[in-house]
Amino acid sequence: MLYIPGNNPAMLQQGGVYGADSLLLDLEDAVAINQKDAARILVRNILKEIDFYEAEICVRVNHIDTPFGMEDLEEIVPLQPDAIRFPKTETPEELERLIEIIEKIEDKHNLPHDQMTLHVMIETALGVQNVFDIAKLSKRVDAITIGGQDLTADMNISGTKDGSGIDLARKMIVMAAKANKIDAIDTVFVDVNDDEGLRKETEYSKSIGFTGKAVINPRQIDIIHEVYQPTEEEIRKAYKIIRAFKKNKEAGIGVFSVDGKMVDAPVMARAAYVLELADIDYDSV
Amino acid sequence: MKNTIGREIPEKIDGIGKVDLFIGAWEKLKKGWMDEITIPPPNKAKMPHQCKSCMDLEKAIALTNPKNGMTVSFHHHLRNGDNILVKTIDILAKMGIKDITLASSSLNQSHDPLLKYLKDGTITKIWTSGLRGVLGKAVSNGLLEYPVVIHSHGGRVRAIHTGKIQVDLVIIAASAADEEGNATGSHGKSAFGSLGYAMIDAQYAKQVIVVTDNMVDFPCIPISISQNFVDYVVKVDSIGDASRIATGTTRITKSPLDLRIAKLAADVIEHSGFFTPGFSFQVGAGGASLAVAKFIREKMTRQGLKGSFLLGGVTSYIVDMLEEGLFRTVFDVQSFDAAVSSSILNNKNHIEIPASLYANPFNCGCLTNKLDVVVLGALEIDTDFNVNVITGSDGTIRGASGGHSDTASGANLTVVVCPSFRGRVAIVKKKIHTIVTPGETIDVLVTERGICVNPARPELEEKLIKAGLNIKKIEDLQKEVESIVGVEKEIEFTDKIVGVVEYRDGTIIDVIRQVKN
Amino acid sequence: MKIIKKAQAGTFESSDILILVEPVSGNSGRKIEIDSTVMKEYGESIKELINSCLDSFHIQNIHLIAKDKGALKPTIQARIETALKRASQQ
Repeated sequence: MLYIPGNNPAMLQQGGVYGADSLLLDLEDAVAINQKDAARILVRNILKEIDFYEAEICVRVNHIDTPFGMEDLEEIVPLQPDAIRFPKTETPEELERLIEIIEKIEDKHNLPHDQMTLHVMIETALGVQNVFDIAKLSKRVDAITIGGQDLTADMNISGTKDGSGIDLARKMIVMAAKANKIDAIDTVFVDVNDDEGLRKETEYSKSIGFTGKAVINPRQIDIIHEVYQPTEEEIRKAYKIIRAFKKNKEAGIGVFSVDGKMVDAPVMARAAYVLELADIDYDSV
Repeated sequence: MKNTIGREIPEKIDGIGKVDLFIGAWEKLKKGWMDEITIPPPNKAKMPHQCKSCMDLEKAIALTNPKNGMTVSFHHHLRNGDNILVKTIDILAKMGIKDITLASSSLNQSHDPLLKYLKDGTITKIWTSGLRGVLGKAVSNGLLEYPVVIHSHGGRVRAIHTGKIQVDLVIIAASAADEEGNATGSHGKSAFGSLGYAMIDAQYAKQVIVVTDNMVDFPCIPISISQNFVDYVVKVDSIGDASRIATGTTRITKSPLDLRIAKLAADVIEHSGFFTPGFSFQVGAGGASLAVAKFIREKMTRQGLKGSFLLGGVTSYIVDMLEEGLFRTVFDVQSFDAAVSSSILNNKNHIEIPASLYANPFNCGCLTNKLDVVVLGALEIDTDFNVNVITGSDGTIRGASGGHSDTASGANLTVVVCPSFRGRVAIVKKKIHTIVTPGETIDVLVTERGICVNPARPELEEKLIKAGLNIKKIEDLQKEVESIVGVEKEIEFTDKIVGVVEYRDGTIIDVIRQVKN
Repeated sequence: MKIIKKAQAGTFESSDILILVEPVSGNSGRKIEIDSTVMKEYGESIKELINSCLDSFHIQNIHLIAKDKGALKPTIQARIETALKRASQQ
């Protein structure tokens, strides 16, 4: 997920060319207070006219309790990007208020309530404590993300490269997302010149269950893709498992083993997920 | 008259004469020989132990008997730090010489001070590979009576062989030389690397002056220019601004857009069928083109693949690949940064080559003919894959032909890398201002918004589609770009021809007309 | 929309356009000045776009200065709209 500052036309117009799976057009922290109006209008216009190809489009609006949140929603919701990212969520109640506002705008424009989804950002200690209730509040919420820098500030600790201070928060957020079967997206890695650091952190966030990671520079995209791409061995194994499953199903056999290891439903699901990551069609196996 | 790629060119052009029209990239080579007659190099003699040293450049030039209408040539290995070219013309102008044909292998910003000599009739004709800055603008606005001739690096050698360029005097700046005129660019405080473009001038010019700021004991080795061609040797305080001659190591771009394009180009190369053990490779010196080397280097390292030779304009990045053992040899006609000079001097696998061996179409095999893969840039490219590297979007001259058409003609796989538009200006267009390199020699265009394969290469397209790359028809890409940037107003030109673009074989591929103001 | 004060929007960055607007007295019409890095190619089309934006906001009298660095159409429209909205607010 590539963050693009909402008041930067050069970056906005090129957003779709870097191969990011998702673009985060940012009206919030990447925009100076006195340019919020300019960014809102610019992002609205660019969304209408520029092709972002296959990338999923997500707009980060300002919080509804700031002077800008309402106007952001009034301009952006009618365009129905794939998702709205809502920052600094602390309680289920404020999320409920947000959804109410969004649905009112959608009603006004005769738009359905089930197209655009919500990405909820957890950036405070209170938000972390409430994350499970936030995640389960609405079917519209399909991803939870952690905002590392704000959370570090809220906890009044200084950030470290290994992120040890926010490690518990990361894991709680992943757990809440998994419990609700939605995506968990990791925070950005701020040092754009440290490729190895980025790779290490991405490997870690993959290992604890995040399904993706946000980036602030297009140069970081390839490394994240490389980490998340299943290895050839993983793909081969998944391929074998799915093949064996299909064969055994035809023969009416329920439980079977591949390379001496029993295959059950979770192993099957994991294999299917690996193929999906590798862009291999399940039916072609 | 229209040539085979549809460019409108008059039958006769003032200052050029009857025009030999472009008939296709390889048509003239197919015969196996060149119809034009080669002129003999001059006969000279010196007495034993005769002294060649001159006190200063003025005296040396005076000894060559300069006259009105003469042709003076230079190399452009000093890049933007050149002090010698302008100084020479200053001297000739002071002597009252008029009507000079300037035949530098290329011209750049350091030559901007020549403008006054274009205005006062000191210089009336120009042959060059490139023209930029105030000179490019002035010429585009019709300052000169006769058109500038733009040639490729290989084509320049041919033009000297055939006498189209007859050099009366060449001034060869060197970073080290001895009293007999043996000279090199590979060491000394102003070291600039290869002297590849000067070698042909040394052999053919009626008078040869070597200028150095670093006179060394005889003999000066390596011998890039050898004494048997040299008439006079001059010691000066400085041949140029060392900081501009020897820019540090060339860094790979950090522009995300250039890097994205470069990565896609590297993927294209990997899956083209030419990325095999022993392959040969050339990239440009900057931007997306050089960045392709970074991704190719990573792929070669990961796959343990080794190539045979690297060619061309050489940067320190190319030297690194040689030193890592990724390629066996570097053939260097022109060096781009300081780190390269010491490699030429010390690494026996880093070989300095003359422009003729690099790219002259009329011999028994220039090295560009043996290239597998070349990556080139573009100022504009049309939907027939024709490339412009000489005029900008406003129609004025601001680029260089260089080795673009030479390498494109020779390589098995010619990849053009460029953004599909820059600022608001389309790069991929229906019609481009000037054609330097014909589309039949371009195989793939790689942009950030899609990869286009020349329809003449269906087997290549199939391979790239199979590899999962985003292949588009170039017409579709062009329409897409137009929908983003809008339709620009066509630049208006007068009928006056200010530049002639010579293809490497000596035919005229296009002309540049004066911009209407 | 009524222009009641000076305002500006946009930047000098590449692919952006800086729009400055100010009210003019009475019915003196539109005074539009354009400076662009792509003047030859797009000068006229930028002027057309500015006029059609002003039409859509029903503004007949204004002084507008545009300093363009190759901005695309949606960006130009956004910067004009922002400048006009800023200039019309107390």
